[in-house]
Amino acid sequence: MSEKPGGKGRPGAPPRPEASGKHSVSQSAAPQAKTTTAQPEARLKVAGLEVRLGRSGPDVVGDVSFAVQAGEVLGLVGESGSGKTTVALALLGHARRGLRITAGQVLLDGTDLLALNPRDLRAARGARVSYVPQDPSSALNPALRVGTQIREVLQVHPGAAGNAGDRVAEVMQEVHLDPTPEMLRRYPHQLSGGQQQRIALAMAFACRPSLIVLDEPTTGLDVSTQRHVLDTVRSLCRSHAVAAVYVSHDLAVVSGLASGVAVMYAGRVVETGPAARVLGEPVHPYTRGLIRAVPSPERIEALAGIDGQQPRPARRGPGCSFAARCGHATGDCATQAPELVTVADRAVRCLRAQDIQASHPARTPLVAGPPAGAGTPALSVREVTASYGSTPVLSGISLEVPPRSCVAIVGESGSGKTTLARCIAGLHGNWTGEITFQGTPLARGTRQRDKNALRRVQYIFQNPYTSLNPRRTIGQIIDQQLGQLTGLSHAKRSARAASILEDVSLDPDVLSCYPDQLSGGERQRVAIARALAVQPDLLICDEVTSSLDVSVQAIVVELLRRIQQERHLAMIFITHNLALVRAIAQSAVVLHHGTLAESGPVEQILEHPAHPCTQRLIADMPRLRSSRTHRPPDPHDTPDRPDRRS
Amino acid sequence: MVGRRLAAGVVTLFLVSVVVFLATEVLPGNAAYAILGHEGTPARVRALEVALHLNRGLLDQYWIWISGLFTGNLGHSLANGLPVWGYVEPRIINSAVLVFVTGVIGAFAGVALGAVTALRKDGWPDHVISVVVLAITSLPEFVVAIALIIVLSTAVWHVLPAVSLLAPGTYAWSQPELLVLPVATLVIVITPYILRMMRAAMVEALESDYVEMARLKGTPEWRVVLVHALPNAIAPTIQVIGLTFLYLAGGVVIVEYVFNFPGIGQALVNAVNGRDIPVIQFIVLALAAFYLVVNIVTDVIALLATPRRRIVS
Repeated sequence: MSEKPGGKGRPGAPPRPEASGKHSVSQSAAPQAKTTTAQPEARLKVAGLEVRLGRSGPDVVGDVSFAVQAGEVLGLVGESGSGKTTVALALLGHARRGLRITAGQVLLDGTDLLALNPRDLRAARGARVSYVPQDPSSALNPALRVGTQIREVLQVHPGAAGNAGDRVAEVMQEVHLDPTPEMLRRYPHQLSGGQQQRIALAMAFACRPSLIVLDEPTTGLDVSTQRHVLDTVRSLCRSHAVAAVYVSHDLAVVSGLASGVAVMYAGRVVETGPAARVLGEPVHPYTRGLIRAVPSPERIEALAGIDGQQPRPARRGPGCSFAARCGHATGDCATQAPELVTVADRAVRCLRAQDIQASHPARTPLVAGPPAGAGTPALSVREVTASYGSTPVLSGISLEVPPRSCVAIVGESGSGKTTLARCIAGLHGNWTGEITFQGTPLARGTRQRDKNALRRVQYIFQNPYTSLNPRRTIGQIIDQQLGQLTGLSHAKRSARAASILEDVSLDPDVLSCYPDQLSGGERQRVAIARALAVQPDLLICDEVTSSLDVSVQAIVVELLRRIQQERHLAMIFITHNLALVRAIAQSAVVLHHGTLAESGPVEQILEHPAHPCTQRLIADMPRLRSSRTHRPPDPHDTPDRPDRRS
Repeated sequence: MVGRRLAAGVVTLFLVSVVVFLATEVLPGNAAYAILGHEGTPARVRALEVALHLNRGLLDQYWIWISGLFTGNLGHSLANGLPVWGYVEPRIINSAVLVFVTGVIGAFAGVALGAVTALRKDGWPDHVISVVVLAITSLPEFVVAIALIIVLSTAVWHVLPAVSLLAPGTYAWSQPELLVLPVATLVIVITPYILRMMRAAMVEALESDYVEMARLKGTPEWRVVLVHALPNAIAPTIQVIGLTFLYLAGGVVIVEYVFNFPGIGQALVNAVNGRDIPVIQFIVLALAAFYLVVNIVTDVIALLATPRRRIVS
């Protein structure tokens, strides 16, 4: 379709930020002036992009400009609601219902996609610029075979490939899927999450596009699958000289992939430049906050989230949208809108960029909690074997949770982590073995347990969007829990509910809210409050942060750590992300295919992993690279492991 | 799966036959009294009871009836002495034609209008159709029927016959104009339900991630609608179409009565009035069989349209 200027994009050459010639703080730099100085050979050049709610409503994103070279990846980073998906879709000339692209240019190899008529835009989509969705399980058509869906993109763009069948086979191999007729005849639901994402990648690369837009393609995948998808993306972009825009809320993921980074906040790019510079020495207080929120297996320090929320499009004041959450804010920040200024090789949208650049970001070393209590374990699990129907899920698992300590259960999806937790909580009754809680054996299922046993073991679920009843207020949700499991009077229950919200740093006003009025992080805090309200002795946290932004994840993990230490709780923390473990747990248990791979203190597991499965989990963990070094040799780069369904 | 459903269907039919048989037995009075009416002397009633096997035990009577079903001997109508099959068969055919023609027209109209309103969501065709549909769903079918008669057969224009008079034993398609008003009435009654389901399913499909993905792949809009959205919207609509056929099997009773259409509904009403037990039993059993068949066919088609349910991985 389009010729490939393969020699143009030199891998490794980072895209310069706009206005790269100016190194002084210049407040007056107009957007037009900046775009003209961008490098002419950029494969993708976005200038002054603006998307509004309706024709004349408030802008959702505005003044967005960046450039990407062929063969390079730009990371577009920000929390939910920062407008990064809106920008991603605008790169394909698409705006969701209610939104309208009102200004700007998206120049792809010199053609402005936003100026194309609908027919030419349709011809460009899928062929010259393609899209990889966030959630392939809903973005692949459930009624069509995956082969049909890949072939379709070649069918609607005749001329993109010589022989469609050959191209399908070629692109399937590139994403490490077997191009067998059986595979192509499958429906999406017959594939694992990782395989579905590979199909979406195959579709995106089928026409050999110039630009590929990836919208959080690894959210919801476990670390190993994520690593494989990322490796595939990286090698395909390099080998086909494709420019890529990679949208993510996870700086660690972006740092391993992107050569340039644009950080978005409240619809504006607040910091953009070479990945090594921006992530290594962030200047904007928001970027610094995002980086502090990324858990690291090496650094021993407390995770710090960014409190508060970004203002919605209509609620943005005249000044800097981040001012309310910013520790560096001055009076000017609230009234004066910052322009992009160039500081230390990157563009920053901050009035105080120069002052802040001189200061070093604060780090809070992790204060070690009280040592794990000795004596009889709070919980001991002996030889637990469980199955779903006739499918065995766990075999002979034994572990102990010492009093007043947190044990992390780690493993890939499908390793049996959640099933083990559900057995302990009594939610899954089909198990054999023995689970003893503070000296007394626990009955199999919740129905056989008395109120006191139910009260003492509390469970926090993975998804706060489905674990809270949407038709009850937060007050009713907490009160119901108290009414069922405690004998407190109505007045005492109300007092308990109010005080428990304070413990999880939520306003008492929240009591009269419905769950859909809260953000994901707030909902998860409500779920934690609900569990804590009945004063449990054991808290089971099942992937409680996997559906949250990294910045919110840090807040929730830090909250759990504080509560666990203050209340001397025993806690089980389930996660597929080993990096989180150090921030919260004292010991860890690694599960692999339903068996216990290894267990021990966190330092030992992270620093001297013995089991290959643990070693792989550690190798696959996304890491924030402060300086771009060569990747360590990858022990399992080429062969494709079958992805396991969770 | 289909085999198991069929076996369950046979068991259900057997239970229905027992219930129908017992229900007709507990009707007040018995057929002999009903037939002979005031003229019945005790001796004549006794003689008729013997002829109708009414003096036998319940089990015997049931056995005589059910074995007759399998050997094609359905007995004779008590009201007019005709063989039950000979009397009912043209009526079953007439009703079947009515149900089938109505169902097919209604299904196509509902699916097409539902898809169009979904595509033009919040446009004027959507608003107009929504209001009309709301008005129609609030009307009972005899009101629709009478309104059509007033407009097309009497007061305004006089283009169609108001009643569907057919010679006994003839079929409706020999005089297609007789079918127009009954079919039109039923189509007007059933289409809104299919339309609304289709519109809701289509709106959901059009706003789904896979339709957005298809557009971002550069798929032409007609293909997005026909290949991506429609198959996913059809699956839930099939269930409603199946329910509509079931409704029609009962709904024809009123419409046949209004238009005096010689079908199964009219025959059933007459048979109940005349205590014509063999006819009642046969028609009710035939309707039960129709329900079962429609249910199974609906499930099979819906399953074929939903790979996620058809192929378990």
